Amino acid sequence: MGDEAVTQTMPRDVHAYLAEFDDIPGTRVYTAQRARVGYHLNQFAMSLMKDENRQRFLADQRAYLDEWDISEDMKQAVLDRDYNRLLDLGGNIYFLAKLFSTDKLSFQDAVSTMTGMSKDEYFSMMVAGGRSPEGVRSIKDKN
Amino acid sequence: MARITHGLSTSHIPAIGAMIDQGRTDGDYWAPIFEGYQWTKQYLADNMPDVVILVYNDHASAFDMKIIPTFAIGCAEEFKPADEGWGPRPVPPVPGHPDLAWHIAQSCILDEFDITIINEMEVDHGLSVPMDVMFDSKDNRTPAKWPVRVVPVAVNVVTYPPPTGNRCWMLGEAIARAVESYPEDLNVHIWGTGGMSHQLQGPRAGLINKEWDQNFLDLMTQDPEKLRTIQHIEYLRETGSEGIEMVMWLIMRGALQGNVTELHRHYHVPCSNTALGHLVLKNEVAETVVA
Repeated sequence: MGDEAVTQTMPRDVHAYLAEFDDIPGTRVYTAQRARVGYHLNQFAMSLMKDENRQRFLADQRAYLDEWDISEDMKQAVLDRDYNRLLDLGGNIYFLAKLFSTDKLSFQDAVSTMTGMSKDEYFSMMVAGGRSPEGVRSIKDKN
Repeated sequence: MARITHGLSTSHIPAIGAMIDQGRTDGDYWAPIFEGYQWTKQYLADNMPDVVILVYNDHASAFDMKIIPTFAIGCAEEFKPADEGWGPRPVPPVPGHPDLAWHIAQSCILDEFDITIINEMEVDHGLSVPMDVMFDSKDNRTPAKWPVRVVPVAVNVVTYPPPTGNRCWMLGEAIARAVESYPEDLNVHIWGTGGMSHQLQGPRAGLINKEWDQNFLDLMTQDPEKLRTIQHIEYLRETGSEGIEMVMWLIMRGALQGNVTELHRHYHVPCSNTALGHLVLKNEVAETVVA
C-alpha cells in the first residue's frame, strides 16, 4: 500500500496508466474510450430518472429505444438486460442502475446477473464474506 | 472563526436507504449494520456540529455524461433528493450553507484548487445515506428536518481518471485553510463517504478484501501519509472497481491537520455488495488552534 514517492503519486503517461486496466480480470474500467462509445446509451439510461419516461419505456421498450441514437446491438442488449454486454458497449453501471431500478431490481440482484451465479448463490457468497481477491488481481501475474 | 473538529467516514450503500425507507432495519442481516452507528448517533447528539462538509460522489444523478466536474461544491440554499429510478427518497431536503460554501469555493480557487460551483443540484444516496446513518433516530427513522447544514463536495469517481488520492488529500488541506479563514464561530465536520471494497460490475463483482480495508482503516490514524500514494490501479485490483471511492476519504483526512484520535470504528461484511466501513476521528488540534 503506497510508496515513498510522495510528489509523483501517479504515472504521468496516460497510455501506461490506461493499459494496466485491461489486466484486471472480469472488470471493465469506465475509461474515456468506453465513455465515448457509450455516450448515448448512458444518456438513454439517465432519461429513466423521470417517472413519465419510465412509464413510456415500460409500455413500449422498442419504440422508446428507437428514439435514441444508439446501435442495434445496444438496443438488443437493453431488451435482453444483458449487463455484461452493456458494459462492453460503453455502458456504466451507475447509469445502467436507472434501467434495473426501472425493473424494480436491487443493486445486489442486478449485479448478480453479471457473475454467472444465481441470485441466491451470489447472496450466499456475499454473506460468506464476498469474493476473495486471491487469483483475480491480475491476468498476467495470475494472482 | 470556524474550525474542523471531527472527520467522519462512512460507506453510502443505497440498500441502507431503501431499508430505512421501508422500515426493514432489524433482522439478522440488517441489525448489526445499523447497530454500528448507534455510538455515533449518541456522540453527535452530544456534540452536534453546525455544518458538515460532506464529500461524496454523484452516481449519475445530478451529473450525467454532459458535464463531469472532477471536484464540485454545492452552494445552494437546499438540495432535494434525486429520483434514482424508484422515485425520490422520502427524506427531507438537505439545507445548505451558501455563505460558507461560497467562501470555501473562493478560497480554494485562490489556493489553486479550481473547484466547480454548483447552484442547483439534486443529491442521491451518496449524500442522503450518510445523513441517515448519522442523524436518524436510534430506531432508524429519518427526522422531519436534518439537524445541521451541509456543504456538499462532489467528486468524480465514475469516469476515469478520477482525481489521485494525493490530489484529494491536498484538496482536504485547502478546505481546512478555507474553513480556518471563515470568521463566524462554527463547529464544522468533514465527512468522507463511499467505499470500502466493492465491485458492482462484471464477472468479478462481489469482491471484498477485508485485510486491505482494515489496513486502510488502521493507517487513517497510524500512518496516514502512506494513504496518499496508493495508486488507482491498487484500489482497482485489491478493492474492486468501486473501491476507488475511498479516495474521497482522503479529502476528509487531509483536512484534519492535528493529532487525530479514532473514537469509533464500524466494519461489517456484507452490506449488499459492499464492505461497510465507518470511522469517527477527532481532530485534536482544532480546540487549541482557535486562539
